[in-house]
Amino acid sequence: MIGFTLNTRPVTVDAAPETSLLHALRGPLGLLATRFGCGAEACGACMVLLDGEPTNSCTLPLARVAGRQVVTVEGLGTPEAPHPVQAALLELQAGQCGYCLSGIQIAAAALLARNPAPERAEIAEALAGNLCRCGAHNRILHAIEAAGAAMRRAA
Amino acid sequence: MTVPVLPQSLRDNPRPAQWIGFVPGKRVRLATGKVELGQGVLTALAQIAAEELAVDPARIDVVSGETGVTPEEGFTAGSQSIEASGGAIRLVAAELRARFLAAAALRLNCAPAALDIDDGTVLQDGAATALDYWSLAGAVDFEAPATGTVPPRAPGQFRYIGRPLPRRDLPGKLFGGGFIHDLRPEPLRHARSLHRPWPGAALGPLDEAAIARAAGGAVRLIRLGDFAAVLAETEALADRALEAAEARARWSGGTPRPAVPSEPLALLGAEHAERVLEVPAGRADAAASVGRVGARYLRACLAHASIGPSVALARWEDGRLEVLTHSQGVGMLRLALAQALGIAAEAVSVQHRPGAGCYGHNGADDVALDAALVAREAPGHWVRVQWTRAQEMSVVPFGSPMVVDLAAEVDAAGRPVSWEMTVTSGTHGQRPGHNGRTNLLAAEALPGATPTPPAPDVPDAAGFGGLRNAIALYDLPAQRITHHLVARPRMRTSSMRGLGAHGNVFALEGFIDELALRAGEDPLAYRLSLLSDPRGRRVLETVAAMSGWAGRPRGGEGVGWGIAFSRYKNRAAYVALVAEIAVEQAIALRRVWCAVDAGLVINPDGAANQVEGGVIQAASWTVGEEVRVGPEGVETAGWEHYPILRFAEVPEVAVRFVGDATDPPLGLGEVALGPTAAAIGNALADALGVRVREMPLSRERIAAVLLG
Ligand code: FES
Ligand code: FES
Repeated sequence: MIGFTLNTRPVTVDAAPETSLLHALRGPLGLLATRFGCGAEACGACMVLLDGEPTNSCTLPLARVAGRQVVTVEGLGTPEAPHPVQAALLELQAGQCGYCLSGIQIAAAALLARNPAPERAEIAEALAGNLCRCGAHNRILHAIEAAGAAMRRAA
Repeated sequence: MTVPVLPQSLRDNPRPAQWIGFVPGKRVRLATGKVELGQGVLTALAQIAAEELAVDPARIDVVSGETGVTPEEGFTAGSQSIEASGGAIRLVAAELRARFLAAAALRLNCAPAALDIDDGTVLQDGAATALDYWSLAGAVDFEAPATGTVPPRAPGQFRYIGRPLPRRDLPGKLFGGGFIHDLRPEPLRHARSLHRPWPGAALGPLDEAAIARAAGGAVRLIRLGDFAAVLAETEALADRALEAAEARARWSGGTPRPAVPSEPLALLGAEHAERVLEVPAGRADAAASVGRVGARYLRACLAHASIGPSVALARWEDGRLEVLTHSQGVGMLRLALAQALGIAAEAVSVQHRPGAGCYGHNGADDVALDAALVAREAPGHWVRVQWTRAQEMSVVPFGSPMVVDLAAEVDAAGRPVSWEMTVTSGTHGQRPGHNGRTNLLAAEALPGATPTPPAPDVPDAAGFGGLRNAIALYDLPAQRITHHLVARPRMRTSSMRGLGAHGNVFALEGFIDELALRAGEDPLAYRLSLLSDPRGRRVLETVAAMSGWAGRPRGGEGVGWGIAFSRYKNRAAYVALVAEIAVEQAIALRRVWCAVDAGLVINPDGAANQVEGGVIQAASWTVGEEVRVGPEGVETAGWEHYPILRFAEVPEVAVRFVGDATDPPLGLGEVALGPTAAAIGNALADALGVRVREMPLSRERIAAVLLG
């Protein structure tokens, strides 16, 4: 049994300690927003916040998660109460297939938490570990700028 | 009276009942054979139906891609969905609305002209009546074939068409779930498959017990000839079992593996079928030749590299097979599965579920057969197979390498007086059913399977494969175009976004640029001097104005501007594009401007999104992508070895639509690929003063050309 905090709630998982966090999330924990893209830390589709830091969950063994705080897309917001990044992505229709957007939401939320007024280059830097194959990059960059602006207005 | 030419989709599926139904709860059911690939097509199709039916788009539920349920419309490919399915829906909905108005007029004992419909409710002289689509549905004929004679609404009357409606599927995908990857029907088992690393390879013995021990759980090994799969209760266990099986798999024999470098010609091989296309002169061969110009352009082999891997779910029960897939063509997949499994097509049902971005014939169909084969060994269970990243980028069909040779004789004014082009390429069409074969990967590995014969290319009538966009739209002398369809490329090739257009437009528009420079003329002015098509001229002139082409910086300094033009498939949307780049050792993409004439645009925001995405993807292909093949198979089976454009590397993209809303809508999902490649290539030549004619326009290629 490995215990950690998932989207502010304590959870325990009955799985081998070397099981990846991604498998635990999509398997026994039943949270499907975190996605598999490569299993090799090359795409960012599987990103979660681990103690607030964007982290690829595909290669992260459960043993290293024990006792820590994990936030997934489900923990960022909901359709009724979206995170500013989610609201802005929808507002700007920033996505085509949308498969990459989970990891991107996570990376963007972490960026805006420490810098709500990032430049385009800083956003691109924060998304250095995220790939998008559909070419939705510009809309995503604009949406994260807009999300930052919304957060500054709300603050 | 002229008989209207109906869209193929409507000729194949003429009954309104096949497309539209009115269901309790004041909902409208819209059925289409086209599927959502991340391109937003279902939103646009719903928009068209909403317009012609005069109902709020929010009332419409779309059913898409289900064999036996939705209209059979072939593949969702070739930028055809809005023209084919959208064209059919527009006519069917307009006609149904007229049938409802006629039925209402009978009930109300008035002339149909006194009636209108607002959000599904019948209005008489502008006032709501008790009648609506739902109460009247029983009195209306949904079976009599649509005639296409009821004119759809005109642009001035539009309520929904032309408005930027948000995508219906995006929220579900943003907050989690929404993909085929996320389906968990019970009882569920997870499988992973093993595929030949090269064609014809034989798989040595595998020990189920050893694999299970290494994986640390109960694992079933399924062997069918040279195909194998591992089946387990959880995904984590299936992954470990695959790793154990792959480590133990010994492959031998098969086609000789190329110990060659990955240059397009070496990958293609020499054996080919030749044919010649003569295109009549677009202008008289007025003057005598004063010289001959020739150049060879190359395109590398390209991978789809979708962010999500291919997935399928299958269930076998009582001799019936159910399949969930993200294939682009459920009807063709159904036939191919039946053929591969040796069962009747009636025993197979195939339903589409959204996958990650799809840019052509990827692994979706192959993995569906994997799942079906395993499901047949585990009846009663849903079997879910997911490919690994390495499989996704090695055993899938690729976009073929291409070699394009161009030659022209020019007159004293620098205008061509002869024109020859030779395109050498593998096939761009090897989808299930093409050539009568299943073309499913595992089918060839099954016991007793015969090797696939060389595939033909996409038919000319479908817009050509290797020759897509090989015919130049300029006012040229007679064009002599030779196609070398390579018989046995070293890798599997099939349809990838734009097919031959990416390589051909890169070459054609690069060559036109060379001719312009040779004539000492501005590349835009030179193009306009050879282009009488008014829609072509308009996109070129628009993009010049958008980008400030006339005032662009001159004289190198590491900055380059390039322009390019094409009309996709010579019959879809017109595109002109300007790229601004900076070059030190490698290309830094700065800005792209793009003018598009796609006729009537159904959803401007969705359309812009498609074009923007096409520009970025093509930029990625053009500057950095190349599949490499070595003695052990594909060497670029992961993004570490096959980098795609990153957030810090993308150019800003401005798109403007300049079409006329009275022109029919033209497909635009693939229109930007070729012009993007060409504009970047031309910008690079502008910046360097020498031309790099081989994609990818990588640091290494640039260095090689600069060193001469
Ligand atoms: S799936 Fe984890 S980085 Fe790609
Ligand atoms: S939207 Fe498809 S991968 Fe980013």
